Amino acid sequence: MEFGLSQEQEFLRDSLTRFLADNAGLPRARRFADGGERRAQDLWEGLVGLGVPGLVIPEAHGGVGLATLDAATAAQALGSAIAPVPFIGTSVLAPRALINAGSADQQSEWLPRIAAGETIVGVALSEAASGAREGAKVTAIAGKLSGKTLFVFDFEADAYLVADDRRRLYLVDGKAKGLTRRDLETIDATRRVGELVLDGVQAQLLPGSEDGEVLADILDVGRVLLAADTLGAAQNMLDQAVAYSLTRQQFNRPIGSFQAVKHMCAEMAAGLEPCQSLVWYAAHAVDSIPSEARVTACHAKAHVAEVGKFVAKTSTEVHGGMGFTDLVGLHYWFKRIGLNRQLLGSPERLREEAARVQDLIE
Amino acid sequence: MDLTYGAEYERFRNEVRDFIATHRNDAPDGQGMRSAKTRAWQKMLIERGYTARTIPKEYGGYGGDADILKSRIIAEEFAAAQVPGGLGGQGISMLVPTLLEMGTEEQKREFVGPTLRGETIWCQGYSEPGAGSDLASLRTRAELDGDEWVVNGQKIWTSTAQHADWIFCLVRTEPNAPKHQGISFLLFSMKTPGIEVRPLKTMTGDATFNEVFFTDVRVPKGQIVGRRGEGWLVANSILRHERGMLGDPNAMLTRLNALTELMKTETLDGRRLIDNPVYRDRLMKIQGEVTAMRLNDLRLLSAKLNNKNADLAGMIVKLKGTELRHDLESLGIDVLGEIGALYYGKQGDSPYLKDHGMYQYHYMFYLGLIIGGGTSQIQKNIISERGLGMPKEPKFSKEA
Repeated sequence: MEFGLSQEQEFLRDSLTRFLADNAGLPRARRFADGGERRAQDLWEGLVGLGVPGLVIPEAHGGVGLATLDAATAAQALGSAIAPVPFIGTSVLAPRALINAGSADQQSEWLPRIAAGETIVGVALSEAASGAREGAKVTAIAGKLSGKTLFVFDFEADAYLVADDRRRLYLVDGKAKGLTRRDLETIDATRRVGELVLDGVQAQLLPGSEDGEVLADILDVGRVLLAADTLGAAQNMLDQAVAYSLTRQQFNRPIGSFQAVKHMCAEMAAGLEPCQSLVWYAAHAVDSIPSEARVTACHAKAHVAEVGKFVAKTSTEVHGGMGFTDLVGLHYWFKRIGLNRQLLGSPERLREEAARVQDLIE
Repeated sequence: MDLTYGAEYERFRNEVRDFIATHRNDAPDGQGMRSAKTRAWQKMLIERGYTARTIPKEYGGYGGDADILKSRIIAEEFAAAQVPGGLGGQGISMLVPTLLEMGTEEQKREFVGPTLRGETIWCQGYSEPGAGSDLASLRTRAELDGDEWVVNGQKIWTSTAQHADWIFCLVRTEPNAPKHQGISFLLFSMKTPGIEVRPLKTMTGDATFNEVFFTDVRVPKGQIVGRRGEGWLVANSILRHERGMLGDPNAMLTRLNALTELMKTETLDGRRLIDNPVYRDRLMKIQGEVTAMRLNDLRLLSAKLNNKNADLAGMIVKLKGTELRHDLESLGIDVLGEIGALYYGKQGDSPYLKDHGMYQYHYMFYLGLIIGGGTSQIQKNIISERGLGMPKEPKFSKEA
């Protein structure tokens, strides 16, 4: 019995954290946000070197063949470092969809390139996960896709995994005829999000995705990984708040010696500690405990989003006026947590789904 | 991640299950702590190693090796079968571990066995009207007079004092020493002359606590655990045991399931309560939090087994567990609306009352537990100071 990370997983976490400490963090996120790069190529190449894009891809296809728990560990590290790189869509959801629903040809066409970091795949799942806005819908007619899909993430991509209105999954080349891409500028400047407009676009159906189950499964996984990203970001905000409170002096004392400030930090820690266990378990469940996977994924995403929101606000308050400025840069974490909260289902929507999964709704 | 306990443990689980299935009719069911049935059940559980498992045989325990998973399995199976798993109370859960750690050989032989068998029931004399969160400022004093301590003062929040045979009590024996170094840990019989117990009625309507007054209570000199002035160390070793017990997330699951069942069956305007999306959202929110706390508990178990550090995960249990339980009971009241305001009556229960008024009772009782055993605010001090390394509040000097 061992609940939590194995030695190998701790090693993965530590080496990724070290790499990101040297190469990501606030200065890199700021440069990405202000500099107009489409991709943080240096950072991406470093992650390729560490095997991150192929983390869950089988070794036979050039990946590392690890589990969702490993991917969650990576997502947590990336969230903590507000790393301006694609990950959840291209490195986990698209490969998982290909592994579970792709033909043998599709797998050997796509997986090695994804694992090598040569092909980045954005994911267009918003309508299936969060509900469809007016006019947002993708329909397939004779194998070609038309319509519009919003809030595609890992958006700066070479190809896209797109869900149609019957919950089937397709791969679309980013340069395909009839495909128009538009950036959507969210609060979070560390990741690219956008919309795709499709007009009779040639697409590859993943043949095993017909019954909608593969889509449902990658939504579970995506939700767990977004929870992990938020957890990493929120944990970092707590660490920053504690560190700041020990150096900032007012009334001839570090503000961290005032109970009002200490209690804010204690409340953040008390909220976050159980989130770690929830994320670990939910990540394990999507691979190994099918009967609990969906409800746990919903709870993980919803609960961590709530705690993350509280931490984002409270950490900013501990920093006082400086927390509100761009100088300290805390807002990059605040906003990353804010975007994660809405992607692939907001807390209310996820709790509703948790109730439905348990047959609590007639 | 390995959530299996392994074949040896699953065999052990089956043994426990078989035992419960065979003997469940021997289990006491509300007969009280002193009934013959309760004592016989306790005796059988000790003989089988299902309680007092790691306590040495010569002191009246089972004498088994410390095995965290077996202890866990025993707790899980008795809870699942809703069969009482051996006696608890402050004597067994707090005093016994302390005596085993800090007591003399003579004290272990005299007190541990009868306590385990349910023959000696204890109460805890710690808090005083002037010493709550700042427990070390306690003023009940004991002065040596020949071969006896003479105890004078008052304790409060003393649960089960009205039933207890003995008390373990913190008293000030060195009035001139710094406050933490002037305290001693005494044991004495509640039948000693000079002790008066007054019930303390709480907001729940019950008198689960008492005030205890001591007037020239004479205690033999040797009934001290640890040395003079070391009582604070002795007490802290017990408080660690207590904090772990409050806010148990597994007990919360039983209440959550009962609440879910209530919301699925109870109707208002012909609609099930759970069909109200606002109520349902609150239920799901609590379910998510209970899930997180149960998994936090699993992490603590695993950390103990594998010698990993999860100190912070442990420090938050009392704070989060009691607050969450209070919220859970609050939802039970709110979904019932006006019926939620009913309470068990002096003239018998109203026909509309649900679950014997337990939602209101627990809602109030858990507010008590948010305060008792170290208030939420004290917990936050502990989390921030010991967990996050933040500085203590500077002390005011007495002259200021």
